[in-house]
Amino acid sequence: MSRRARWVAAALALVFALVFPFVFTRPTWQNTAILMLMTAELGVAWNLLGGMAGQVSLGHAAFFGTGAYVSSLLSIHLGISPWLGMLAGGAAAALLSVLIGFPCFRLKGHYFAMATIAVGEIVQAVVNGSESVGAAVGLYLPLEEKGFWGFVFNRSKLPYHYIALGLLMAALFVSWLVNRSHVGYYLRAIKDEPDAARSVGVSLRRYKLYAIALSSFLTAMGGTLYAQKELFIDPGSTLSTSLSIKIALAAILGGVGTLAGPVVGAVLLTGIEEASRIVFGGTGQGTDLVVYGLLIVLIAVYQPSGIMGLLGRPS
Amino acid sequence: MTAALLEVEGLTKRFGGLVANQDVSFRVAAGEIVGLIGPNGAGKTTVFNAVAGFFAPTSGAIWLDGRSVAGKPPERMAALGVARTFQIVRVFRTMTVLENAMVGAMLRHRAVAEAARRGRDALGFVGLAARAAEPAGRLTAAEQKRLEVARALATEPKLLLLDEVMAGLTPSEVQGAVELVRRVRARGIACVVVEHVMEGIMPVADRLIVLERGRTIAEGPPAEIARDPAVVAAYLGETYHAPGA
Repeated sequence: MSRRARWVAAALALVFALVFPFVFTRPTWQNTAILMLMTAELGVAWNLLGGMAGQVSLGHAAFFGTGAYVSSLLSIHLGISPWLGMLAGGAAAALLSVLIGFPCFRLKGHYFAMATIAVGEIVQAVVNGSESVGAAVGLYLPLEEKGFWGFVFNRSKLPYHYIALGLLMAALFVSWLVNRSHVGYYLRAIKDEPDAARSVGVSLRRYKLYAIALSSFLTAMGGTLYAQKELFIDPGSTLSTSLSIKIALAAILGGVGTLAGPVVGAVLLTGIEEASRIVFGGTGQGTDLVVYGLLIVLIAVYQPSGIMGLLGRPS
Repeated sequence: MTAALLEVEGLTKRFGGLVANQDVSFRVAAGEIVGLIGPNGAGKTTVFNAVAGFFAPTSGAIWLDGRSVAGKPPERMAALGVARTFQIVRVFRTMTVLENAMVGAMLRHRAVAEAARRGRDALGFVGLAARAAEPAGRLTAAEQKRLEVARALATEPKLLLLDEVMAGLTPSEVQGAVELVRRVRARGIACVVVEHVMEGIMPVADRLIVLERGRTIAEGPPAEIARDPAVVAAYLGETYHAPGA
C-alpha cells in the first residue's frame, strides 16, 4: 500500500471505531469491540519490544497483572483514583521490567523467550500465594460510580469503549514516535544484526531496556483498564501464560514490527476467539488455546510476516 | 617516534587451549594504512575483534590516542573512534540502504534528519547513493561490503578496520575497492586492512604486518614484505611478485 492509502485506511478504521457503539448497539457486539481494542493496545505495546527490537516476550501478563493489581490495590486500600493508579501501575511494571531485563537480556533468541515464560509463571505463583493481594481468590473492586475520576461506569459500557480506543491511540502514537526517532532505528538494527549494531555504538542493553520499559508501561495501563472494566481480578485472568501468549500472538498474527499489524491481528484473534466461544460453548478455556495453537502453526508455516506481510511493503 | 593513533602491545588471546594471538604488537599512525595479512587461522580477525572491543584480550595492552582501551566493549570503541566491517557481512537486512548508513551516523547525530543527510553523504562516498531506498538485503555481496564501509564511515571514525572487504570481488571491483581505501585515507582516517587479495592490499598499504599461527613473523613496507623469505614460505608462496619487486 502507498503511504497515502495507509493513512486513508487508518483514518477510516478510526472513524469506524468511533461510531461503532452507535451503529452496533447490542451488548455482545459492544463488548467484543472493547475486547478487540484492549487486545490491540496490548499487541501494540508488546510490539515495541517483540516486534521492533525482536525480543520475543512470553511473559507480558506479568506487566498486565502489575497494572491491574497496583491500581486496584491503591483504589481499594487508599481510595486513589484508578487513573492515577494506571500511571502508578505503569511505573511499577516498567521498574519490574527493567529488573527482569537486566539478567534476561543476556540471553538470546529462544532463551530470552523461555526466561520470560519463567518470570511470568513466578509472578503468578507469588500472587497466588500472597493473602495480602487476595491470593488465588482475587480482588473485588469498589462498584459505586463516582464520576469520571472513579473510573467505574455501570450504566453503559460506552466509556470503556472510548477509554480503550484512547489508550490504543496513545500506544500507537508512542510507537510511531519511537519508530521515527533514533531509538526506533537502533531497535530495528538490534533485531537485524546485534553485533553490527554494537560496532556502530549501539548499547544493546540500554536500548532493549528502553523498549521493555515502554512496552511494559503501556501493557500495565491496559491491565488497569481491564480491572476497572471487570471490577474483579485474579491471577488466572490477569497473570496467566495463556494471556502472555495471546498478547504476543495478536502482534505476530498481524505482523511484527509494523505499526498497524498488532491492531489487525488483535481484531482477528478476538473475533476468532469470540466466535469459537459461541460455537463451542461458554467455558472457552480449552477451545481458545486450541485456536492459538492452530494460528501459531499456520503463521509459522505459511505467513511468518503476518497479515501485514500480505499487503506488501511493511511500514 | 610520533604518538601512534593505535598501539597494540603484547596482545595475547586464548580460547581455552587455543592460542589465537601470541604476543602481537604493532602501531598505526594517524592516517596510515596498515595491512594485516597471513594464512587462514593466523589470528587476523582475532586482532580485529580485540581492537574493536568484541573480545577482551587475555593479556596485553591496547592504546588508542594514548589511552588504554583493552577490554572496552564495542559500543565504547565506536564512540572513541574505531569503526569496523565484518568478514561475513552483517548489514541490517530489513532496513533500507540509507537506514543502514543512518544507524552509523546516529552515533554522533541523533536527529534523524541530520543522520539522513550524513548517511546519504556516506552512501555517495562508496557509490551506493542510487540504491538508497532499497532494502539492504537485496544488494549483491560486493555492494553489501561497500554498505558496511559506508555505515562504518558514517560513525566518523579515526580508525577504520576493514575485514576482507575485497574477498570475492572481480578484478575491476578490487580496483574500485583500492580506490575507495585511498579516498578514505585522504579524509585522514587510518585503516587497518585484513586482506587475502594481494593485488588489493599491496598498492595501498603503507606497511604490512604478517601473522602466522597467532604471531607476527614480519613487518615492513609491502615491497620488502614481498621479498621476505619467511613470508614467502609461510604465506605468499612463489607466485606473487609485487610490482617492481
